[in-house]
Formats: sequence, C-alpha cells, structure tokens
Amino acid sequence: MSTLGPPVADRGDVADRVTTSSPRPPVEPGAAPPALGDKGVSRWVPAGVVVAVWVVAWFFTRGQDTLPLPGVARTDLHDRLTEFQNWLLAGRETNPVMQVTNAIADFFRGCVDWLQRLVVKPSFPRPVPEIGWLGVTALATYVGLAIASWRIALLVGASFLSFGVLGYWEDSLDLLIVTGIAVAMVVVIGMPLAVLVGTHAGANRVITVFLDFMQTMPTFVYLLPIVLFFGIGTSAAVVATLIYALPPIVRIAGFGIREVPASTIEATDSAGQTYWQRLRKVQVPMARRTIIVGLNQTTLAALSMATLAAFVDGPGLGQPVLAGLRINDVGAAFVPGVLIVVMAVMLDRTTTAASERAEKVARGGGGNPAVRRITLAVGAVAALVAVYLSRSYVTLAEFPTYTIGDRVGSAVSDAVDWFTDTFGGVTAGIKDAVTNGFLNPVQSLLAESPWYVSFVAIAALAFVFGGMRALVSAVVCLSGIRYLDLWHDAMITLNMTLVATVLVMALALVLGVWMARDRRVDLGIRPLLDAGQTIPPFVYLIPVLALFGPSRFTAIVAGIVYAAPAAIKLVADGVKGVSPTTVEAGRSTGQTTWQEITKVQLPMARGSLVLATNQGLLYVLSMTVIGGLVGAGALGFDVVYGFSRSEAWGKGAAAGLTIVLLGVMLDRITRAAADLRRDDGAGPRRAFNVRLPIGPPT
Amino acid sequence: MRIARSRGARLGALATVAALVLSACGGGSIEAETEANEAQASEGGGECGELNMAVNPWVGYEASAYVVGTVAQDQLGCTVNYKDLKEDVSWQGFGTGEVDVVIEDWGHPDLEKKFFEGEGDGTAMDMGPQGNVGIIGWYVPPWLAEEHPDILEYQNLNKYAQDFATSESGGQGQFLGADPSYVQFDEAIVSNLDLDFKVVFSGSEAASIEAFRKAEENKEFLIGYFYEPQYFMAEVPLEKVALPAYEDGCQADPQDVACDYPETELKKIVGTEWAASDSTAVGLVQNFTWTNEDQNVVAGYIAGDGMSPEDAAAKWVEENQDKVEAWMS
Repeated sequence: MSTLGPPVADRGDVADRVTTSSPRPPVEPGAAPPALGDKGVSRWVPAGVVVAVWVVAWFFTRGQDTLPLPGVARTDLHDRLTEFQNWLLAGRETNPVMQVTNAIADFFRGCVDWLQRLVVKPSFPRPVPEIGWLGVTALATYVGLAIASWRIALLVGASFLSFGVLGYWEDSLDLLIVTGIAVAMVVVIGMPLAVLVGTHAGANRVITVFLDFMQTMPTFVYLLPIVLFFGIGTSAAVVATLIYALPPIVRIAGFGIREVPASTIEATDSAGQTYWQRLRKVQVPMARRTIIVGLNQTTLAALSMATLAAFVDGPGLGQPVLAGLRINDVGAAFVPGVLIVVMAVMLDRTTTAASERAEKVARGGGGNPAVRRITLAVGAVAALVAVYLSRSYVTLAEFPTYTIGDRVGSAVSDAVDWFTDTFGGVTAGIKDAVTNGFLNPVQSLLAESPWYVSFVAIAALAFVFGGMRALVSAVVCLSGIRYLDLWHDAMITLNMTLVATVLVMALALVLGVWMARDRRVDLGIRPLLDAGQTIPPFVYLIPVLALFGPSRFTAIVAGIVYAAPAAIKLVADGVKGVSPTTVEAGRSTGQTTWQEITKVQLPMARGSLVLATNQGLLYVLSMTVIGGLVGAGALGFDVVYGFSRSEAWGKGAAAGLTIVLLGVMLDRITRAAADLRRDDGAGPRRAFNVRLPIGPPT
Repeated sequence: MRIARSRGARLGALATVAALVLSACGGGSIEAETEANEAQASEGGGECGELNMAVNPWVGYEASAYVVGTVAQDQLGCTVNYKDLKEDVSWQGFGTGEVDVVIEDWGHPDLEKKFFEGEGDGTAMDMGPQGNVGIIGWYVPPWLAEEHPDILEYQNLNKYAQDFATSESGGQGQFLGADPSYVQFDEAIVSNLDLDFKVVFSGSEAASIEAFRKAEENKEFLIGYFYEPQYFMAEVPLEKVALPAYEDGCQADPQDVACDYPETELKKIVGTEWAASDSTAVGLVQNFTWTNEDQNVVAGYIAGDGMSPEDAAAKWVEENQDKVEAWMS
C-alpha cells in the first residue's frame, strides 16, 4: 500500500486532515500531475509506531493469556448456547411460532411441488411432467424475446439446452424453481423494507444492523434451527435462500430511493401530493434503475445458496456438486458447478437487458411497435406449438441422454490431475514460502500476544485509520469476540483474512491496472472473473487440496479465488474512471508509464482502492467456513464442528457470531477510513452504500 | 425490423418442423402410458407406501441406503425418497415423519439422549446392528508402513516426529485430524501418550482423502485419523498404527483418553412411529445386514467406477440374490 504515493509530505494528524482537505481543483491541460498521493499516507506512520510497540510487547509477553481452546473442546458459554437449540427442539410440538412457520413451509412445499409437476417431475398419472423440455425451452426463449431482445432470447434458449445436454435438466429446473420462489418472496418482503430504509433514517440504521448480520452469519449455524421451523427439503432451501438473498435488494433499492434528489421531491410536494403519491409517482420510478440492480444482486445471491441448500436436501444443482465432492471427483462436481454459472450469467444478462429495454420503451424507443407485435405473436404461436408437442411425445418431454456431460467431467478430472502432478512441487514451495515468511509471523503477533495486548493494538490501529468512529466499533466488536470465548481462533482467522486480502489487493492492482489500460485484456479476463465469483467453492476444493494439502494457505487460495474478482473489477473500474485529461496532462510532461500509473492513475483512483480493500476483506472473511473444510482450523472449523455434532451447536454459533463481529469491525474501520478521504469521487461512495452481497454463504 | 419478423417466423417454423421430425422418429405417445398408469393405480396400492431414507454424506452410507432402497422399491413396491442430509438433521426428521431410516449410524450419544425413549422424546429407536463394523484409528499410507515398519507401533512415533512436520504443525509432527462429524479423542491421546505431535484438523473427509492420496503418490510422511469401511481403502490400503488397546471405560473421560478406538458396530436407527406402522419395508430394514466387503463392493462401483448409486445398488442386488432373499423372509 505504501506504493500509493510519493514519500510522506503531510504529517498532520488525522483530525487535522479531515478539516483541511478540500474539493479537487479542476485540472488544466498541461498542468503538472496532481500530488494527491501525499494526503492520507501519513497514517502509515502512526500505524507503524503502533505495530512497533505491539512487537515489543509481544516479545516480552508472548504465549501468555492467549486463550487457546482445543479443536473439539467447548466452554460453558458454548454449552449454554447449545441449550438454546435444545430448548427449541424440545418444544417443537407445542411452540406456537413453529405451528405458523410449518404452515408457511407447507405453502412453499406446495408451490415447489406444483411447479415441479408442471416442468420437472412426472405429474401422476402422466409418466412425464405437464410440459416437457421442448415446451419449457420454447417458453423461456419466448420470455427472453418478449422482455428483452433476440440476443437475450438466444442466450436463454442456449442456456436451457445446455442444462439438458450436459445431463442436469431436472436439477437445473429445480434450482430455477427454488430460486424463483425465494426471489419472489424476497421482493414481497424486501420492497416495503427498502422503502422504509429509503425514507426513514432511523429505520435505516436499525435495519442495516440486521442486514449485516444476515449477510455475514455463516449459513451452517442457522441451518439446523431452520429445519426445526420449516422442515427438511424444499421449504428449508427456500427459507435459507430467502434469508441470504434479502439484504442486497433492501440495501440497494433503499439507497436508490434515498438518492432521489431533494429538489425533485420538494417540487412535486409543492403540488400537494400525498405520501403514497410521492412514493409511487416520484421516488420509486426515479429509483427504478437502482432497484433493478438490487433485484439482480438478490438473484445472484440466491443462486449462490444452491450448494448449501443441498445440505438439507434442497433440490437443485447443489446436490450433484456435493455428490461429486463425496467421491472426490472434480469433474463430476465441475459440470453442475458450471451450469450454476451459466444460470447466473443468463439471469444477470436477462434482467439487465430487460430493464434497459423497458427504459427505452418508456422513452418512446424500442423499435416499431407494429413489427414487434407481429414478432411476439409469431413467437407465441411457436412456443405454444412446442408446448403442445412436448405434452404429447415422450422424446420431447424427457430430455434425451447425452454422454457429453460425463466426457466433459472426465476431461476436467484428467486436466486437473495433470496440473497437480506437474505443478505439485512448485505449489508446495509457494505454500511454504508464504506460510513461513508472512502467515506465521503475523499470526504469532496476533494470536500469541496476550489477548489484551492484541485488543489494545487492534483498537489503536482502528483509531489511526478510521478515527473515533472506527475506534468505538472496534472496541465493541473486540469485546464481543472476547466474550464469545474463541479469541485465539478469532485471531488466527483474522490473520488469514488479512494475509489473503493483501494478496488479493496485490493481484487486483496488477490485473486491475492492466485491464484498465488495455481493453482486450479486460474483455478476455472479465468472464473468468464472473465465473470465479459465481462457481460454488465446493467445486474447486479438491483441486486446491491436491495442490496445497490441508492447510491455512489452502484456505487463503480459496479465499483469493473468490475475493480477487470483485477487487480486480473495482480497481479496474476505478482506474478507468480517472479523467483522460488528467492522464493526458501527465503524458505531456513526459512521464514514463510507471510514473503515470503510480503517480496519477492509482492515487486518483484511491477511493476505489479503499472500496476494493473493504470488499476484499469481507469476501475473504465469508470464505472462512470453506477454509474450515480444507484444514485451516480456527473459526471455520468451529462452525463446521457445530453443524456436524449436535452437542457442539453452541460452539458453532459462537464462532458464527465471532465471524459476524470480525466482519462488522473490518467493514466499519475501512468505511471510516474511506470517509476520512473527502477527495473521493461520488462513484466509490455510492458503491460503499449499495455494497454488493458479501460472499458465498457457508 | 423486417429482418426481425422474417427471422421470427423462420425460427418458429424451424422449431415446429424440428419438433415434428423428432417426435415422428422417436418416442411413443404419452397418452398410452398415462392410461397404463391409471389402470395400475386403480388395481390397489402397494402395502409399503413411502420410505424416507436419509442419505448421510459418505459413500459407504450411500451404498447401504441405495441397496435397501432398491430392494424396497423393486420388490416391495415402495416409493423411496432419498434425502441427502447430515446426521443431526436426519435425526431431527424422525419426529416429523420426514425421515424413516438412518441405515448406518456410527454412534451419536448426544443424539440418542435427545431422541431415544427414556431421556429424550422417544421419536427414534435403535433397530440393531446392520452388519458393518467400523474400525477407527490412526493410519499411515502403505509406502510408509513398508519402508519404516516400526512406525506401526505408537512408541516409535516420536522418533519420526520431525518427518511429519508441516507448515501447520508449528515444529512438531502433524497428526491429521478428521471431519468434525466423527468422534475424535486425538488431541487427548497425543498429550496423554506424550507424543511430540500437533493435531491439525483436515475439516472434511474430502480433505483427508486428498491428503492421504497425495502422501502415497509423493511418498510423504502422513499420519491421521481414518476408518473403514471406506471406499478409499481399495485405492490406497492405509495401514493402522497400534495404540494401547481399547478397554471398557478408557474413553469415559474425554480428557484422559490414552487408548485406541473401539471397534464400532454400525447400527440402524429408525423413526419409532414408522417402525410401528404396517409398512412392509419395516421387516426389510429389520432384517438387513451385510458385511464390510459387501459395502466396499458397492462403494467401489460408485466411487471407483463412477456409477450412479441406483445403478451400483441394482448391480449388487442382481449379483447377490441369495443375500437379498434372506432379508425378505
């Protein structure tokens, strides 16, 4: 991070800088490149002092009061938490809340079952579903055509065919059904909340706390209680998906409504409108675009729950992914994993295109309406014919079996085998170098210092980077972590998160700048980034294990695969957003490419860099539980342990709460740090507020 | 725009033609099958009804579950619902009727306390051993046992501790703990036997298997918690390290354990209400018993040959009619 700017010039303290910073002056062509890098860098000096004092304290006290807890040991607090789950279980016959939730669960089950009979499973006495594959594909393609365009229709059709050709027709449709019902429920519950968040500052503060909680709490912790309330299978899957997918739409749509300019509202208020009129006619329509982004993010978050829902027999593509994992077969897990990516891309592009088209039509564009009506009518007839045929003939109802999915699977397995055999030696070297040179020393400082030393040191660093607000958040969160009896594990997890984030940012700086400077690189890399973000981590567990063995570094690699794409995109977009005049101005003074990047582009994109760090930290943290599955121990293992053994549920819950506290702490510190930099453009601040869903749930 | 229309028409026509061609050269009529189904249904229902079979997440379990399920479906006419669930969730399902059978239980004292008659709510019951015997213990890859045979005695482990060190074990030897689903006393055993080792948990069965596979391939030192019956044993026959023999009561206090794991008779756990019902599948599950070898065969079909669990089970059932008939009596 010290490469962000030239050596420190401004040594004023933090508070001083907040007041003295001023809006960026306009850049004249030919002017010298702005020396923005100077501001803010000085924070690294007090931070260095804190770390130096910490190291000295560590040297004299290490090993004392570190509060370690063996992997399968529990404390009284954990057992008390377990009692809560036991109490729920013991009262399940009489608990009135469960009566209600069971009724809701029956409703979900009914919906899913009805839809499954319609398109997936035999609808007795028929030997096949009501609508066969040809009809479903034709209808879906037609919907793509009707709400978006020809291109989207083709994409939808091709995606549906790939579900069947690769051999997962039924699982894919199951996943679509569960995701669809969950997203529909999210909209019903989420939109009123979004309106509340958007129009009421107090409600916003309260609801944000719950949303943070829902997004960072590992799903494994609440899967058992969900089963108690909603039963096994589809209903539990829908509810788990709903919980994880709710926050994005509330946050993003709420933000959109809040952002509607006050002047617009005042102008229309003066016409004497009521609250409802204002909401319906002004606020929601003007926030429409942002609301669609929220819906989009919600859909992707819902899809990322697919594998976890499979842990409680939720139908969908998660089941074959877990089946592949069970027999350690990368290829078998890969194909359904890729289909989840296909589905995500399909839904993402379709909703985006649909909203763009709707906007165009609203503005009077969108082509000749007469022609479009005819196209739609012809398409509708074709789709209905396909539906009719698929109701009448077995081959058009049941997707024919192809072996291509299996062949792709075994080809992937072979490729991965070859790769791990060939590069196994190199990767072991990398692992040992990073572990011994970086991971172990920092872990020693964090986890081997007495807990009160680490506590004070982290709080001091929070103050240095984020001021008073960050200090308060850090103290509250650290106290909570201390209370939950998993301090040592929390420090080990924090260490892995920090190290992984440093590596993520290194990658993001290199690839992000490269992408921003070369359009072809951008085009080539982006699909890979999309895939890295949406493919379930369970798919690449086996390859990373084969390369690195069960270790903390393996968990870090998994974290990087997931977190780097988001950070890379943010850095690339930030650097691209630097005004070309500024870059030109620098060039005219004859600076080298290196100078241009380090003195102009990166410093000016600093808001995006802080945001990328924030997202990197939270994304990596959200992979903690996956880390527990590949030998990283610490909080991730505790969560898995709690999910696996009923007597340890409380320990898993404590670990989950600790992860939430770590996430909130890291988030508040980086946000406070970003707020101190008033030189940020509007873009990053906006992005901070809408915050993408943080991570694949585990 | 004109192009769009003609394209639309063309695509529609193309789809229709393709569909007609496809239907003409394949598939019979759905109507006929529907009528057949209706006729069959009116002949009177089966006596089995539904069988909700939990499928816990390991291959050996899958083998047992699908063999019983296949027999129930093909010979008793049951509608078998396989449910992919972890153990805790499965046991919760007995009370609600969502789960009828857990076919391979490795011992869950805490769950028994909650769900068995007596201390718990009585929704689950033990239906006796299912024939498999679980052998849990400390294992090393075969190359290691061959090259250093003395490693198979725990007294000699300290001699090799440094060879077992990894980036995770902080200078001591690494002992690879397992998936937290299994009861493990290794942290206590290591400290009570004064072994210079640190327990590092792999966290999942997949991670343990990959570690042992790699250790055998690259001739690396590795010792860890493992168990059979397990399909992986067919690929890499791990060797068991002898710990002080198990005696009754030596695992009574988890802190003081200094002995080997006992051999575990794997049990069938079923829902009490289901067991009292008149479903014909109750008798089948009651009589079901097979050996570790049997299970390994089916698990091998699934994990080694990549067969689907249904096909693997059907194949074994066909090859072992005599055993299946014994369950049906």
